Amino acid sequence: MTTIETRQVSLGYGHKTVLRDISFNIAPGEMVGLIGPNGCGKSTVIKALSRIIPHQKGNIRLDGKDVNAIPRSELARRLAVVPQIPLLPSAFTAFEIVLMGRNPHLGLFQREGPKEMALTWQAMALTGTQSFAERRVGELSGGEIQCLLIARALVQETGAILLDEPTANLDIGRQIEVLDLMKQLCAEKRLAVLAALHDLNLAAQYCDRLILLNEGRVHAEGTPQEVITTHNIQEVYGPQNCVYAHPVNGLPTVLLTTGNGKSRRPEA
Amino acid sequence: MSPANKPNTMNGLYPHWRHRIYAILSLLFLLVIVVVLATAIGSVDIPFATTFAILLDGLPFVEVVTPTWPDALATIVLDIRLPRIILAGIVGAALAIAGATYQGLFRNPLADPYLIGVAQGAALGAVIGFLLPHGLSFASVPLLAFLGALFSTVVVYNLARVGKTLPMTTLILAGVALGALLGSLVSYLIISSGDKIHGIMFWMMGSLSLSQWAEVGVALPYVLAGTVVILLFARPLNVMQLDEEQAQQLGINVERLKIILLAAATLITAAAVSFVGIIGFVGIITPHAVRMLWGADYRFLLPLSVLTGAIFLILADLAARTVLAPVEIPIGVITALFGAPFFLYLLRRRKKAVF
Repeated sequence: MTTIETRQVSLGYGHKTVLRDISFNIAPGEMVGLIGPNGCGKSTVIKALSRIIPHQKGNIRLDGKDVNAIPRSELARRLAVVPQIPLLPSAFTAFEIVLMGRNPHLGLFQREGPKEMALTWQAMALTGTQSFAERRVGELSGGEIQCLLIARALVQETGAILLDEPTANLDIGRQIEVLDLMKQLCAEKRLAVLAALHDLNLAAQYCDRLILLNEGRVHAEGTPQEVITTHNIQEVYGPQNCVYAHPVNGLPTVLLTTGNGKSRRPEA
Repeated sequence: MSPANKPNTMNGLYPHWRHRIYAILSLLFLLVIVVVLATAIGSVDIPFATTFAILLDGLPFVEVVTPTWPDALATIVLDIRLPRIILAGIVGAALAIAGATYQGLFRNPLADPYLIGVAQGAALGAVIGFLLPHGLSFASVPLLAFLGALFSTVVVYNLARVGKTLPMTTLILAGVALGALLGSLVSYLIISSGDKIHGIMFWMMGSLSLSQWAEVGVALPYVLAGTVVILLFARPLNVMQLDEEQAQQLGINVERLKIILLAAATLITAAAVSFVGIIGFVGIITPHAVRMLWGADYRFLLPLSVLTGAIFLILADLAARTVLAPVEIPIGVITALFGAPFFLYLLRRRKKAVF
């Protein structure tokens, strides 16, 4: 089980700061959504938590330990990342890509054995990727690759999983499959899950809590009902978006109307 | 999923792996045959069986055969032909695994020792060695070639470094530029070398004609050490094929891995090039041929490249010394002449993305 804590963290690239004073916690078994407009820094948060970029100020802690003090391989045993669909080396098979998730668990002199094989098949069964295990990844669709990357994260057997736009390339049926799976795993394995999501309605349906980023800061944080309000959404996304209660479960749902050409927000 | 189409994971083996393990075993067997064949053929043809017996007898601790052959034959086999064949095997293996490592590290299918200036550095060192007074020249050519290769790698590495990271595109650009600079220095020195030009050109095109056990003894430890290091890092090298960000998220210390593998591949290349000159084509083509035949997984690609490279260069050297005998053809000519059509055949046959 893994807990993620950030305190007054500032993030950016070089001398440029993209996000300031970000503080949030993610507890085991909790699914948190990171939402906000394009370029608000959702991916930056994921990169900082997985130490791809250093944070400029503040503290990022995993299970109370400063991320900077955790060696890479240990970090990869605690926290897995499902990236936005990357270009994969096309000559590898789907199985081989998922198996790579075992890397942080194996020492220099160890080789993958029956245990690694079994875990890989199991993760591929869970994510519905077994049927194309032997195919080369160059021949797979975006949706298939997305599920493959989730399988790879599961094989890492971490306490936390970060997902960067996991539904961006999927049709609505697949979107629900993927998020159902994450939600179920989150509850069963007590995973701490942080998902950067573009789709506010999916975020409201699936996440226990949401963090709304805008203009370099946390604009709002809390339950979907607290964060997805007409006020917040119009402030961040513009006046053509309104929030209603979902007719089935009452969760907030964003509906939009046309802007009649007047929708452009003033430049920040 | 029904059990019928669930892939066979018996013995914990992934199905593709069984083919690849068979491939390694077959190539090992083929290597032994090729060594015996290459030892048997030459200016004096020795029967296959006799050659095999002499080789067997030459192995330490093997006392199964009673010598029935003249001592002269044993000398030809063990002291003249065998060191050359072993050195050809070592160099072929070295160039192939170094090429595979550079390609994997740079995620660039065209990467080879030329791309980051290692070969040009070696050439410059060697040419300087040739231009030294005659007595000094013979001994210093391999040493200076070795130092030249290491020198160019260190320079390129430091030029390309940005802070604590080593961006691969910067490394390639710095390597290409430094390689061009060193290459032009080499050309200048060759043109102004007077009567030594023939020896230099022969070295530049690659030759194994001066091979003795002493060279084998010097080259082998470097190549072996570098190969063992690279093989140990085969799995991380696989993960590096994703991209650097994902590799880090999968627990790899990317910057450390780059330094280790660059150092190992350069050491191997330098050791190989310093004795036999610049043999093109093996380092770039062998890993691609292996990739097309048995897949991209570095855990198999690396050992398969070692074996394929060794076999290929032993055969190329056999052709180099027999086709126009007693004239010897530069081995670089043979590797390209026979290697290129075979590679193009593989390329057309597969018609799939291979990298």
